[in-house]
Amino acid sequence: MALLQISEPGMSSVPHQHRLAIGIDLGTTNSLVASVRSGKAETLADMHGQHLLPSVVRYTQEQCIVGQEAKQSASIDPLNTIVSVKRYMGRSLEEINNNSEYISYKLYEKENSNVPRFITVTGDKTAIEISSEILKVLKQRAESTLGGDISGAVITVPAYFDDAQRQATKDAAALAGLKVLRLLNEPTAAALAYGLDTGDEGIQVIYDLGGGTFDVSILHLHKGIFEVMSTAGNTALGGDDFDQTIAMWLIEQLQIETQDAGIQRQIMNLACQAKQALSNKDSTEITFALDDKEMSICLTKEIFNTLISPLVDKTLLACRRALRDAKLKVDDVDNIVMVGGSTRVPLVREKIADFFNTQPLVDIDPDKVVAIGAAQQADVLIGNQSDGMLLLDVIPLSLGLETMGGLVEKIIPRNTTIPVAKAQDFTTFKDGQTALAVHVMQGERELVLDCRSLARFELRGIPPMTAGAARIRVTFEVDTDGLLSVSAQENTTGISSCIQVKPSYGLSDNEIETMLRDSMEHAQDDIIARKLREQQVEADRVIEALEMALEEDGNLLSAKEKEEISRVLIELLAVKNDNEAEPIKYHIEKLDHATQVFAQRRMDKSINQALSGHSVIDFE
Amino acid sequence: MSITLTENAASRVQSFLSHRGKGEGLRLGVKTSGCSGMAYVIEFADVIEKDDKVFETHGIKLIIDPKSLFYLDGTEVDFTKEGLNEGFKFNNPNVKDSCGCGESFTV
Repeated sequence: MALLQISEPGMSSVPHQHRLAIGIDLGTTNSLVASVRSGKAETLADMHGQHLLPSVVRYTQEQCIVGQEAKQSASIDPLNTIVSVKRYMGRSLEEINNNSEYISYKLYEKENSNVPRFITVTGDKTAIEISSEILKVLKQRAESTLGGDISGAVITVPAYFDDAQRQATKDAAALAGLKVLRLLNEPTAAALAYGLDTGDEGIQVIYDLGGGTFDVSILHLHKGIFEVMSTAGNTALGGDDFDQTIAMWLIEQLQIETQDAGIQRQIMNLACQAKQALSNKDSTEITFALDDKEMSICLTKEIFNTLISPLVDKTLLACRRALRDAKLKVDDVDNIVMVGGSTRVPLVREKIADFFNTQPLVDIDPDKVVAIGAAQQADVLIGNQSDGMLLLDVIPLSLGLETMGGLVEKIIPRNTTIPVAKAQDFTTFKDGQTALAVHVMQGERELVLDCRSLARFELRGIPPMTAGAARIRVTFEVDTDGLLSVSAQENTTGISSCIQVKPSYGLSDNEIETMLRDSMEHAQDDIIARKLREQQVEADRVIEALEMALEEDGNLLSAKEKEEISRVLIELLAVKNDNEAEPIKYHIEKLDHATQVFAQRRMDKSINQALSGHSVIDFE
Repeated sequence: MSITLTENAASRVQSFLSHRGKGEGLRLGVKTSGCSGMAYVIEFADVIEKDDKVFETHGIKLIIDPKSLFYLDGTEVDFTKEGLNEGFKFNNPNVKDSCGCGESFTV
């Protein structure tokens, strides 16, 4: 006989039509699955009572092993054991090679594909395939625990995941046979788990320091609705980095040769154990065994704190930025929620308490809190609850497109809540222009050079018109998963063209942070650069128009007048490519002034032409 | 006429109710549907209707509408674990036949 769960009043399901929904926290270090049963969201344990599934996948000749067993074999079979695969989701080989300090894997790219592949004993695997192995295990666990097929899943992703990374996560889910109800930002899920939606009004800060990513989100609760006011963070900062610093310290203190991948892994394991021990103790003994030698060293909390202090300070920097984006002060914050295993580190809690002047909330197991929130959201989305909560998310970086002169026109500013659709009209730059290239950009800077290219497409078949006459409406649409579609439509003919942005490359480590920081540091430079480009574009337009006019109606000018105009024109040409906007502007005006007589005569000429053959009566 | 919960089931219901933060008790019932004709209903109860019968067992109020009571009389509800799966199980003496999975039944 089937085992039943308690439903909400009136929400009992028809037999054989149970809608089982799960929430999955697909983490860098560990993953979890949770579900709502009898009104209570809980993480689901495996046969051994373990809730956390280490996000480690090992390929052997016979099978694919996921979890604890794979993690244990990481040091003996490092090349076939993939750790922290989340860091590789949606990334190109180039980015991985440029940014990872420790590359323990053999990676390559196939021709005509920019998806990096891990070379393993059972063939080459993409990050998506490896992630899907983790999801499959969680799905299986959920099916045997809940006693049925899973109808849908909410999978959490870091708030800073870009389109490529989100798409890769969705692809991994599809490969594991999971229907994704929605991708949910991890900190938003955590807020739900804490039931922060039950109050009336408040500002909540979600501080999520996981194994490999750091996110801070500021949520505004208003009339039972959450709105994400701002997010900040770092896609490459977490407990792994704490381990890394300890590992570096160990290597230095014990003079260890680290060429061998197995030794690297062994050191990382020791570092991780030492870190965990220091959550409850003031010092810990680390013993490193190599061949028949054994070396020991004592790591005190004091040394540990000194080692990780710069990393923790980086998180505070992001907190400050999130506050600034949300236009809030520290005093405005009602609660700080601690999420992620790394928030167990005492120094992290202390620094956060100091920074916000409030003790952070740590009641729910910080490892489970995201999965629990995801499960609650999944339960709402699948329709098991009569009243659901509405969640709003934001886009992390501004989206826009390239305009003349290599400038970026922002269409959707960062921190806009999604889903969102915005349109803007553009026009042609040249007479008879029949195509328009749309270059989709992401980032905060003013110049194309400094932003990230997401996609390019062309709108063709624009009817020939004079420059500026065509009306082309470009629409940017971001769906609830944060995926972008861009379309362009010419008004008179209705011809259109569009693109679904699934950019091939994710952002590299630190890149988002760098982009944001740069946009602030370079704000002044950017404005100057923008002004310069604008003047240069204007100069080009003026010069081109003048050259055309001279070709057509040069005979209206005397040799002396012509000489005068070309003298001013040469002056403009001389300053055009300098790096200052003001002289260009001055010379454009000067040229404009010098050509006024010419313009007047051209006008007279065309009026004369228009009038000739007509009597005055025709125009009355 | 009686319907009961095992002690284990009662303590689970107690914990779910307190987690939920509201509710009069547990509503049990049957509804007509499913491949064998009837299916069990197990829900949190926020209101007790005029005609409802209320049984108290191990400190939990079991709320049953009179029509369902006819099919559920003598039932004991248990909370059990089968492998990783766990949940409530109806031991109903009135059942003559149930479908393969036991989610629906006939009397």
